[in-house]
Amino acid sequence: MNILYDERLDGALAAVDRAVLLAALRTEAPDVTLLHEPEQLRPYECDGLSAYRTVPLAVALPESIEQVQAILRCCSRLQVPVVARGAGTGLSGGALPLEKGILLSMARFKRILAVDPTACLARVQPGVRNLAISEAAAPYGLYYAPDPSSQIACSIGGNVAENAGGVHCLKYGLTVHNVLRVDIVLMDGERVTLGSDALDSPGLDLLALFVGSEGLLGIVVEVTVKLLPKPEVARVLLASFDDVRQAGQAVGDIIGAGVIPGGLEMMDNLAIRASEAFVHAGYPVEAAAILLCELDGVEADVTADCERVRDILLKAGATDIRQALDENQRKQFWSGRKNAFPAVGRISPDYYCMDGTIPRRALPMVLEKIAELSRQFALRVANVFHAGDGNMHPLILFDANKPGELERAEDLGGKILELCVAVGGSITGEHGVGREKINQMCTQFGPDELDVFRAVKVAFDPRGLLNPGKNIPTLARCAEFGRLHVHGGQWPHAELERF
Amino acid sequence: MGHGAAVDRLVDQVRAAAAAGTPLAIRGGDTKAFLGRPVAGTRVDTREHNGIVHYDPNELVITACAGTPLVDIEATLAERGQMLACEAPHFSAGTTFGGMVASGVSGPRRPWSGAVRDFVLGCRIIDSRASHVRFGGEVMKNVAGYDLSRAMAGSFGCLGLLTEVSMKVLPVPPYRVSLRIELDVQQSLTQLAHWAREPLPISAACHDGGALMLRLEGGHGSVKATAARLGGSRMDDGFWQQLRDHQLPFFAGTRPLWRLGLPTNKQLPNNLPGEVLIDWAGAQCWLRSDAPVQQIREIATAAGGHAALWRGDSDMPFPPLPPALFALHRRLKAQLDPRGLFNPGRMYAGL
Repeated sequence: MNILYDERLDGALAAVDRAVLLAALRTEAPDVTLLHEPEQLRPYECDGLSAYRTVPLAVALPESIEQVQAILRCCSRLQVPVVARGAGTGLSGGALPLEKGILLSMARFKRILAVDPTACLARVQPGVRNLAISEAAAPYGLYYAPDPSSQIACSIGGNVAENAGGVHCLKYGLTVHNVLRVDIVLMDGERVTLGSDALDSPGLDLLALFVGSEGLLGIVVEVTVKLLPKPEVARVLLASFDDVRQAGQAVGDIIGAGVIPGGLEMMDNLAIRASEAFVHAGYPVEAAAILLCELDGVEADVTADCERVRDILLKAGATDIRQALDENQRKQFWSGRKNAFPAVGRISPDYYCMDGTIPRRALPMVLEKIAELSRQFALRVANVFHAGDGNMHPLILFDANKPGELERAEDLGGKILELCVAVGGSITGEHGVGREKINQMCTQFGPDELDVFRAVKVAFDPRGLLNPGKNIPTLARCAEFGRLHVHGGQWPHAELERF
Repeated sequence: MGHGAAVDRLVDQVRAAAAAGTPLAIRGGDTKAFLGRPVAGTRVDTREHNGIVHYDPNELVITACAGTPLVDIEATLAERGQMLACEAPHFSAGTTFGGMVASGVSGPRRPWSGAVRDFVLGCRIIDSRASHVRFGGEVMKNVAGYDLSRAMAGSFGCLGLLTEVSMKVLPVPPYRVSLRIELDVQQSLTQLAHWAREPLPISAACHDGGALMLRLEGGHGSVKATAARLGGSRMDDGFWQQLRDHQLPFFAGTRPLWRLGLPTNKQLPNNLPGEVLIDWAGAQCWLRSDAPVQQIREIATAAGGHAALWRGDSDMPFPPLPPALFALHRRLKAQLDPRGLFNPGRMYAGL
């Protein structure tokens, strides 16, 4: 399966000569840095999903909102598609360029415009790194809560586009819960403010609609985020289990008992072994699964919660429970989880990271099915799981140099995502659809829902020039993809003509 | 209960309206009819479509039909020690789950826990083609496609007929104390801004012109310690429900009632022409005033906020939108509801 843009399925794109485009941009958006030599374009050919690469027509590096507006107006006129890119850390190919499009890099929008410790908010440009916001807020005892694992590098504009999550979502929410206001530029060059410094804004909640729209509705040019006071203390418990089922049950028990942990993570044996070999976090390599449970808040409450959670874990069958004794050990416990992806990268030439979400109760069944699929496709799968919020990251281990393995990994991945949908979950919890999961969108949604999505797109971007081919599949693509996935003799999308 | 049959009837109503090109005026408990603009259209009552579809306390999710009485949902959650943390108001008996979401109005806990929209995980709506579609789901994280379910919150039924909603729920905090602290408005807001930078277990903060009222919720240890530190005197917890539902004496009478949404932790504009009740630690300010609409709007805008007329007479009770943003609203409405079937004009004329 090739996921690169296919005009037959994803829609025809205007063919614009590079020289014509560059000349127009130089006139209409003077002073914008434009890259067009092959060696300049190479670094932009992919984002964090590096298995797929396309060299764009040109790269534009604006530095002001006016320049963004001018570029979009020019591209609008010439009907050249525009793909926005933040830090390029996305894992779903959302910033994968188009051969016939320009790549709009927002990397130069790097300024923190204001940190207001009284109002507990920060106004930043979209290219500011996620972690840089928390660093700027730290002197005031404040921080920005969403912490995707790429937070050292990923930009806030990209976080808004993807509705980025992290390990603390259950308690502190996603990007959508922590952003107050976003200034965007529409494809026609119009600047619009969504949200405000107040807690709500008049009109429809277009901010909610926009967050997570993956660069299809507008370009983020400024973001105002909410800052939270740092919890007084954070304690972490590391529990070992002989049985993955028991670990899964413990997660439900903790939450059912009324405790909302700051973080609640689960890893299976393969992930434990890989992490332990890599960072020596002190994980029990014989355990079938571990749970990491972080409790944060005020000292007295956290101490009481730690006791309750310890009891729950024991009752659920934990064979060993350790509490980090100090801040160093807490960080050490977390280091294994936070380095799980690169750790798996060490034990396999390549891995493919999935991002499905499921209701927690389905966890044991889904893990069993994944193990079954793993055997069937003869590929190992390591499971890392934001257990608290039901977000799974199965990592499929493969070797791209072996003929057919990438395809097999993709097919296995597709099966896992369909499994997530079948149990009432979603194909993506935080990495986004991008290009990677475009076909699975046809599994997640029916033609009527997809029509509504397309209607939303038309309202913001009538000619479909912003990031075409991502996030929302065309009818033609779903018809084609459906052909590959006929269940029980039933054609999906029976309303479409077949030839 | 016949969920299927009730939905079929709603689908039929939308289909008939689409065929005839006649608008629909959607109602649940009709407890927030005073909000927004009147709608001329065929009445659609969602209350027949009611009942809890699915609730699993361990998943922290409840899914219920739009016509379900909010009190039923709250009671079901309370049995398991959980709640809708947005603390939505009832105003009068009969408020429905769908009405809560469609209006998007949140209660005193909102600045600390989140608004209605923050807890919406998924929904089903009947769209303008009378298709019963589903967005989002019952999982905490879901970034597949555009987040239409959250956008339904506060849309006043203008984008489609809401039939079912899934919401995240939270455990009821184990311990609660309500305090009355003798501070004036300015002192209170200064103090609250100060406290906002500490992880204190505040879950409501209101000033009625007389004193600061605080609600502390959380673990026993933190609430007790904070109460001891902040001082003041204990007061009845029932106050918060009266505030939530506008049952306090402040809300009685016929003088126009304005709601100002303001930036957090700032001082109030000093030129508010009327009687003031502060909620949300200053981020929501209720104003009884006969002053001209324009004057109140200008004061709110100058303070970085906005003012909506909640009770009173105006053709544009909700704050006007900047032209480019309003144009975007109109394009979205035209795309999602091209025939103007769903509550046309409820939020704004022409929407």
